[in-house]
Amino acid sequence: MLNFTLRRLMYTIPTLLLISFIIFIVLDLAPNDPTGNLPLTIPPEVRAKIRASLGLDAPMYIRYLLWCQQFFINEPLNLFNEWFGWCIGDCEGRLRVTSWATRSPVVDLIAERMPQTLWVVGMSYVVGIMIALPIGVISAYKQYSWFDQFGTLIAMIGFSVPTFFTGVLLIVIFSVWMPNDSFFWLPSIYDTTLDVVDWDSFVKQMRQMIMPVMVLALYNAAQISRFMRASMLDNLSQDYVRTARAKGLKEKTVLLVHVLRNSMIPVVTVIALGIPQVFGGAIITEQIFKVNGLGQLLIIGIQGADIPLVQTLTFLFAVLIVLFNLVADVLYGLLDPRIRYD
Amino acid sequence: MTLKYLIAGTLGAALLSTTAFGESHMAQGRDGNVNIIYWQAASIMNPYLSGGTKDINASSMVIEPLAHYDENGAMVATLVDEIPTVANGGVSADLTSITWTLSEGLLWSDGSAVTSADVVFTANYCMDETGGCQQLAKFGGVESVEAIDDLTVKITFDGPKPFPYGPFVGSTTPILQAAQFADCMGVAAPTCTAQNFGPIGTGPFTVTEFRANDAITLAANPNYRVAGKPAFATVNFKGGGDAAAAGRAVLETGEFDYAWNLQLAPEILADMESKGVGTVLSSFGPLVERIMINMTDPSAALGDERSTVAHPHPFMSDMAVRQALSMAIDRPLLVEIGYGQAGKVTCNVLPAPAIYDSPNNAGCEMQDIAGANALLDAAGWERGSDGVRSKDGVRLSILYQTSTNAVRQDFQALIKQWWAEIGIETELKNISGGVFFGGDQSSPDTFQKLFADLEMYANNFDGTDPEAYMARWACGEIPSPENAWLGGNMPRHCNADYDAMVAEMGGTADLAERARLAIAMNDMLMQSYTIIPLVHRGNVSGVVNTLEGVKLNAWDSELWNIADWSRSE
Repeated sequence: MLNFTLRRLMYTIPTLLLISFIIFIVLDLAPNDPTGNLPLTIPPEVRAKIRASLGLDAPMYIRYLLWCQQFFINEPLNLFNEWFGWCIGDCEGRLRVTSWATRSPVVDLIAERMPQTLWVVGMSYVVGIMIALPIGVISAYKQYSWFDQFGTLIAMIGFSVPTFFTGVLLIVIFSVWMPNDSFFWLPSIYDTTLDVVDWDSFVKQMRQMIMPVMVLALYNAAQISRFMRASMLDNLSQDYVRTARAKGLKEKTVLLVHVLRNSMIPVVTVIALGIPQVFGGAIITEQIFKVNGLGQLLIIGIQGADIPLVQTLTFLFAVLIVLFNLVADVLYGLLDPRIRYD
Repeated sequence: MTLKYLIAGTLGAALLSTTAFGESHMAQGRDGNVNIIYWQAASIMNPYLSGGTKDINASSMVIEPLAHYDENGAMVATLVDEIPTVANGGVSADLTSITWTLSEGLLWSDGSAVTSADVVFTANYCMDETGGCQQLAKFGGVESVEAIDDLTVKITFDGPKPFPYGPFVGSTTPILQAAQFADCMGVAAPTCTAQNFGPIGTGPFTVTEFRANDAITLAANPNYRVAGKPAFATVNFKGGGDAAAAGRAVLETGEFDYAWNLQLAPEILADMESKGVGTVLSSFGPLVERIMINMTDPSAALGDERSTVAHPHPFMSDMAVRQALSMAIDRPLLVEIGYGQAGKVTCNVLPAPAIYDSPNNAGCEMQDIAGANALLDAAGWERGSDGVRSKDGVRLSILYQTSTNAVRQDFQALIKQWWAEIGIETELKNISGGVFFGGDQSSPDTFQKLFADLEMYANNFDGTDPEAYMARWACGEIPSPENAWLGGNMPRHCNADYDAMVAEMGGTADLAERARLAIAMNDMLMQSYTIIPLVHRGNVSGVVNTLEGVKLNAWDSELWNIADWSRSE
């Protein structure tokens, strides 16, 4: 297992390098211009100078290598410097990956966005799983009962109705129709500057999180509950279940100890594979509720042709996806002793 | 809000105001917090590194220029006591220099004195070749900026400058503090993140927390030059979402007090406003949605000479065709469908300020399909069996391009239909704004290249002086491969008389005379139908009913007078 993990980790290095290069080429070839969104009152000569000041006049491979140097060497060194106070080389003048739109280090922007994304999107994932697992188990156990039919309906709605519809619907109900002084009124705009210091601010934080979390949780729950149900159904008809029942085990034990544990194996890997999406943020939901997390950062970067920002963000997502694929594989092996990769 | 709450609130407010009348009415920060939403989030607080409107508006709460434009487009002194003119001796008689004198006793928000050295520094900061300053055009023709004494700055131009109010007038060119930005010159400019996110200024507010592309928290500047202002203690400047959500937050839920740029369908906006929580304000600058006719041949067969002056357009060079295109358009309907109260019909490409608005082109308001048909008949363009007109084997079939935008695509569809009625076949094309307005040399779809028969977009100019704007349609401004497609003369309009007027305006200081020239140039473009104006577009913003003092300004930052904003009881 250890050998397998190490070998897989070695493979990820060339894979990620290739991914970073492909992302760079795709972004570079895309017909977009960082000065494209500036007002037309800025004359073309000035635009040309702005592009030159961003380093856009250098050949593509130079810009790629520069990004590699900044991302793989300078940024880790800077992290060491910030975390441990170790200064290696030129700490002050080191070039970091800098966003074109904000002229600030991309890594700092990402760090600033991380909390709200993890809170909102992460929480929605947790809530989604907590809703999905019981629904999946019960739906499978009582297959074709009214509960199963109802669960299927909810899952269909959650899966097929887009978040930009459910999100706006919730806003119209809870922010617009609901009177402002009502207990059920919820803010339509997420305040990222809110610091949770006491009970009041905690309540405020909860209130502003409810809508985005529920919208995303519905979507996540829909997906996971179907996996859970399918996996449960696979196991319920197995011989070992009949054996367990024949031994006179209680139905509860059969279901929750024998069947559930075995059914969780594929579901856990599905959940692990979904975690990178949490870090990727939820572009649409974040826009609707103005959560301004990583998803919104990415979409602004794309709209403004902020190549260093988009490159770094997409590359980090790629790293997470590759890593969590590995984690899912390892988890699979750990949960199911029959599976051995060596 | 129910009546009960309203009465309770009014009573409470009345009690408060009677007990604490006097100092509370005059004290800075008496009205608490104001919430502003910009659906495009601010990225940076330094307009020299970002020309985006959102960034300029955000920074205008903190850093200020020497003079502003008010809501009527008139200059108002901000950091000076009077605006220099030739009459008061501030502008030299030969129009080559302007001398500004700072007001006495001005302080930065950190308590240090504002001096002429800061002004000189700011000019050098922007004019540094390697800094990529986005407001460089404002400093065009500036030869030197020097400090005469602690409060006096002299700007010398390389030739006569009839309108010397480019640098340091309007929120695009505010004064930076030399002490803070000293290490940020040239290539170092982008690396100064702390400075660019939190500039020290003279404005009514100072930055407390800046979250790029998200939210900015600001607090009243204790050293602000006007006692008792601003009325608000803090500002929450939130970004993100879209125009509809911003409008909803102000006009429907009242969560926010001010929403910028509510570009929404007129009926949606009217519906939101009918909730009675807030109102929609609009103001008109010089922004005009127009169709630019390509006077040169965009045929792909010409290769590198596509859309260059070497080949005149096969049928757009016939004025009857251009005039017919204009006559067939129902402008009032376009305004009603696309812009509502944010638009007006215009027959001029230069509709504002009022003194430059030509009275000579009225009549385009009326759609005249029959007249357009008669005009084309008379010019010898005959309808074929498919209803499309042609002459000598040239078919009136045009490619009409614009940027991707719901209103523009509506306009394209309507106009295509009207043109079909006069026997002109139209193919529509829309291009993503980032590509269309971007200057990417490798893309064939930029608005400068204009590889189409005509294109539609909106444009305007900064400040109130149209000289540079009108100069853009001179022969020398035609984009071509030789000048890397840089240049603002999209129609490839070239007329020696026009160029002569451009040159004349460059040497004329008298305002009335400048207005006469600008009108004459506008008329020449309009009457040759080289540019077809469609809609005079305004800015639209939403304001909650309890917010007072907002004066929407199309000539400067919308937040130009935030120091005067207050909360009604």
